[in-house]
Formats: sequence, C-alpha cells, structure tokens
Amino acid sequence: MAKILIVAEHDGTRLNASTAKCVSCARSVAGAQIDVAVFAADGAAVAAEAAKLAGVTRVLRIDRPENSHALAALLAPQVAHLAAAYTHVFGPSTTFGKDLMPRVAALLDAPQLSDIMAAESATRFRRPTYAGNAIVTAEVDPGTRIVATVRIASFEATPGGGAAPVETLASDVALPSHTRFVSIVAAKSDRPDLQSASRVVSGGRALGSADNFKIIYSLADRLGAAVGASRAAVDAGFAASDLQVGQTGKIIAPELYFAIGISGAIQHLTGIKDARTIVAINKDAEAPVFEVADIGLVGDLFTIVPELEKLLGA
Amino acid sequence: MKRILVCVKRVVDFNVRIRVKPDGSGVITDGIKLSLNPFDEIALEEALRIRERGEAEEVVAITIGPADCQQQLRTALAMGADRAVHVVHDGVVEPLTAARTILKVIEKEQPFLVLLGKQAIDDDNNQTGQMLASLWQRPQATFASKVEIAGTTARVTREIDAGLETLEIDLPAVVTADLRLNEPRYVKLPDIMKAKKKPLDSMSLADLGVSAVSRVKIVKTEPPAQRQKGIIVKDTQELVAALRKRGVL
Ligand SMILES: Cc1cc2nc3c(=O)[nH]c(=O)nc-3n(C[C@H](O)[C@H](O)[C@H](O)COP(=O)(O)OP(=O)(O)OC[C@H]3O[C@@H](n4cnc5c(N)ncnc54)[C@H](O)[C@@H]3O)c2cc1C
Repeated sequence: MAKILIVAEHDGTRLNASTAKCVSCARSVAGAQIDVAVFAADGAAVAAEAAKLAGVTRVLRIDRPENSHALAALLAPQVAHLAAAYTHVFGPSTTFGKDLMPRVAALLDAPQLSDIMAAESATRFRRPTYAGNAIVTAEVDPGTRIVATVRIASFEATPGGGAAPVETLASDVALPSHTRFVSIVAAKSDRPDLQSASRVVSGGRALGSADNFKIIYSLADRLGAAVGASRAAVDAGFAASDLQVGQTGKIIAPELYFAIGISGAIQHLTGIKDARTIVAINKDAEAPVFEVADIGLVGDLFTIVPELEKLLGA
Repeated sequence: MKRILVCVKRVVDFNVRIRVKPDGSGVITDGIKLSLNPFDEIALEEALRIRERGEAEEVVAITIGPADCQQQLRTALAMGADRAVHVVHDGVVEPLTAARTILKVIEKEQPFLVLLGKQAIDDDNNQTGQMLASLWQRPQATFASKVEIAGTTARVTREIDAGLETLEIDLPAVVTADLRLNEPRYVKLPDIMKAKKKPLDSMSLADLGVSAVSRVKIVKTEPPAQRQKGIIVKDTQELVAALRKRGVL
C-alpha cells in the first residue's frame, strides 16, 4: 500500500494553498495513507490547519528553531529522515518544493518526478516536458521509493472538514550551519495572490513602461483580480519578478485570464493552459496568443483597457 | 587555482515548436536546432563575470551527452570558458546520474563554486543542481538573480514565489541561475576560432566510475490537450457581453 508523506508549505503562521492541492494529488492514488509533515519553529497553527484537510491520515509536527525559515539544506535531512517509512514523498511544485524536493531525493537515492499533473497509479504519473508541449507518462518499478513535486495548477484543493490527529515528533537530526537566511523582500500587496487568484490580469512588453503598467493594476482592481506579467515585462522592470507567469515563472489556473499586450510565446502559454477562460487583447491579429484565447479582441490596448475598465464599472 | 565549474546541457532550441512523434515514442528531434540550455548560458555568463572581476581564475565547462555535444562545449569555450570537460554518453541521463557524474568531476577539479541553470528546457526537471549540492553536502542557492562573492562566503538573491530572498552561503557551494541573473554575451567570430584551440577533455561515465542508472521509464509521450477554438469580438462592448455569456463576470 502506498504511504505518502507530504511536506507542508507555510509561512510560519498559515498553510499555503499548495498543500491542499498536494493532498488532492495524493488522494488520487487509491488507498494511500497520507501524512502531512509540518516543519516549523512553532508549527501549532499550521498543523491545526493541515489536520482539517479531507483525506489526511495524520499530521506530523516537527518544531525546531532552525525551521523558522524554509532552507532546503536544513529541511532536507529532516524530511529524508522521516521519509524512511514512506513509499512516496510529495511537495508542491512551487519555488519552495522545487528547491527542497530534489535535495531530499538525492539523500534518499530516489528518482524524482517533477510537476506531476496526474497520478494514474502509485507507480505511474503524467508530467509536462518541453514547456508543456509534450506530456509524458512516466513509470517506476513497484517498490521504488519516489519523490515528486505536484503541479498545483492541475489539482483542486482538497476540501476542509477533516480531523486528522496531530503528532508532535522530536527531531535530533544533525543540521548544517553553512546556509543562512539573510532577508526577504516581499512585495506587500492587498491584491489577491497570483498563484491562487480566480481572476488574473497580465500585461506584456507592449505596456512600454512601469508607469503605463498602472493601467493593468487599475483594470485588475476593478475585477478584483491578481496582476501577472510576461517575462519581457518583468525583464524591462515594468513588474516585479514574482509576477512572472510561464514555464519559468508561475503556472496558474484562474477562472479568468487576461493577456494584454502579450504575444503568446510558448513559454508564457504553458503557464496559463489550465485557465478556464483566456481573453487576449493584442493589436496584431496574427499574434499566437489568439490561438489559445477563448475571446480575442484585436486593437490598441491603450484605448481598449481604459474603455473596458469604464464598462465594467458601470 | 580559484576555479568555477559550470554545467551545461544541450537542448532543443527554445524557439523550436516541439512536436510529438505520431507513435507516442517521444518528440521529433531530427533536423531540429539544438543549443545550449538558455539557463546554463546565464550560469556560464555569471562565471565569466566573476572571473573578469578577479574573483576566480579559471572557468571550466562540463557537459554530459553524445559525442556531437562537443559543438555546444565549443560554444561555451567561445563565450569565454577556459577549458571544457565532455563526459560522452549516448543514453538517457537521469538527474541523479548527472549529479553523481558532476560530483566526480568536482572531486578532481576542486571548484569553489559550481554554477548551472535552474532547469533544462527539455525535461523541465529542475533537479540536478539541488541533487548535486545534496550529494556534495554543500549549500545550494537556487533560482539566483544576484550573486556576490565575499571571500569564503557568497550572498545570493533568489527569485522565489513570495519575492526576493537573500541567503548567505559558505563556499564551496552550488548556485542555479534564473533568467534575470544576467544577459549572456554574444559570441564573436574570432572567439569561435580561438575556442577551437582551447583544451577539451573527453571521458566516459565508466572512466569516472559512474553507472547510468535509469529508474524512470517513459512509457508514452503525447501532445497536450488542445483548447477549443475561441471567438474574436470586435469591441469592448462585445467583449463584456461574451464574458457575461460565459458566466465569468
Ligand atoms: C528559457 C526561457 C524561459 C522563458 N520563460 C518565460 C516565462 O516564464 N514567461 C514568459 O512570459 N516568457 C518567458 N520567456 C520569454 C518568451 O519567450 C517571450 O520572449 C516573452 O513571453 C515575450 O513577452 P511579451 O509577450 O510581453 O512580449 P512580445 O513578444 O514582444 O509581445 C508584445 C505583444 O504586444 C503587442 N502589442 C504591442 N503594442 C500593442 C498595443 N499598443 N496594443 C495591443 N498590443 C500591442 C504586440 O503585437 C506583441 O504581440 C522565456 C524565454 C526563454 C528563452
């Protein structure tokens, strides 16, 4: 029987939504036991949240002062130590999980499957390659322990309503001191979080300047949407790096996505393939973004966006 | 010698629209343009800049791949690497095997820094750097957008989901490059000529005492699900109407 260990992602006080999606992925492996491990300085609140996720068998809480920041080099030995009793170790395919899980896999001498989008069985998984242009089905021998990151855009969050027991575990695994947290600069924003927002408005190179990019924020605010950006817009300094959508930015699955002044390079499109409705606004009728758009509008964004904002306000 | 090792991989060029073979056995690579993985180019550029600032003396590029990957190693040499190591191997190289192989080369070369791209744009695995750091029992700083060397430590700024995180790591260490670390230089023709004379060592996995373990079997490759064809509206009024009709407003 599959025994799946999920490494919870959190900020010290709240569970990240990615964890509930990892649980959904794990639940698609028939009959699996699903334990969620919370590594924190004080994991009480996060563990309590994880315990409510439907389908979780147990929550394991490992408190250590060294866990106050999520440093892969310090977490990996602790995860690997726990993982000895499991057949699968899952983490989210966010920068947290991408950083950590391969370090765990190497300690376990286990192969890793990155960005799994479906579990067909305990040993057979689907994952995207080539920026999502080739989906592979990968298989391991039964009995091979595997590590995986879960492509969170492919799964709905598991609902609440569960009441799993929380077990506190002591950890005396030796941890290195060679890696030290210095600081984090996080864009403070009252806007919805890009990764979990149901609506996203993204702007591209066509915006031309950080100042012009404000019309994207303005439309997003009107819609109650998160803001995203193409790589070109981030590179040019119009938007912060954590707003990049795409193969090497965030992979998102909102209900509604606006691509404004974005050409639709494959690296961008792979980040929005799972959006329910894609709207493209571009002055070039031949732009590849129109091939994936559900609704396209050809024209100058500098006229269209303010007009649209006005219409939506009415 | 203060040395930086840069790991590079040959991949299908990022501009190619990849197509899946009709029999589902993989993607079509015949006659397709192959290039250095863009993230590895960024890693190499960073190594060159560190050397040019006088903080390193030598940059060594390494690749694992078939004999004709030599072309991409020559590109790395033309960009400015001092010498190259080619581990010639024809079959699949899983990330853990790549990491083990690189570790063997590290033992020989004793670099103070290993730079590589955060992911290769073919398999999109994003694993090798982390696995290498793990096996080497050294620090890792992934998704780097800024690297500052300060004696026996480095400060690295990382692009993470929440923003920009800075870590201090003891050297030697592994750093993986993100897009905004730098913009790689263009290779000039005279450099291509010079690169032909730079040292390039070839060896096999067996020479390094590594065996290529393959534990993940790819049983099928398929194109992604196609989205349904959309509509084109003529103005914002129609756009809003179409959004209402779909029930997303
Ligand atoms: C390794 C690698 C990884 C990458 N990862 C990502 C990634 O994660 N995310 C990502 O987005 N990109 C990524 N890219 C970059 C990608 O290839 C494209 O270069 C990028 O997405 C282009 O951004 P853009 O669409 O904003 O700019 P452009 O391609 O320049 O498109 C601008 C568009 O705006 C339109 N336009 C111009 N003026 C107006 C106007 N007034 N009104 C309306 N429309 C107008 C133009 O017709 C054009 O279609 C990656 C590239 C590489 C090599």
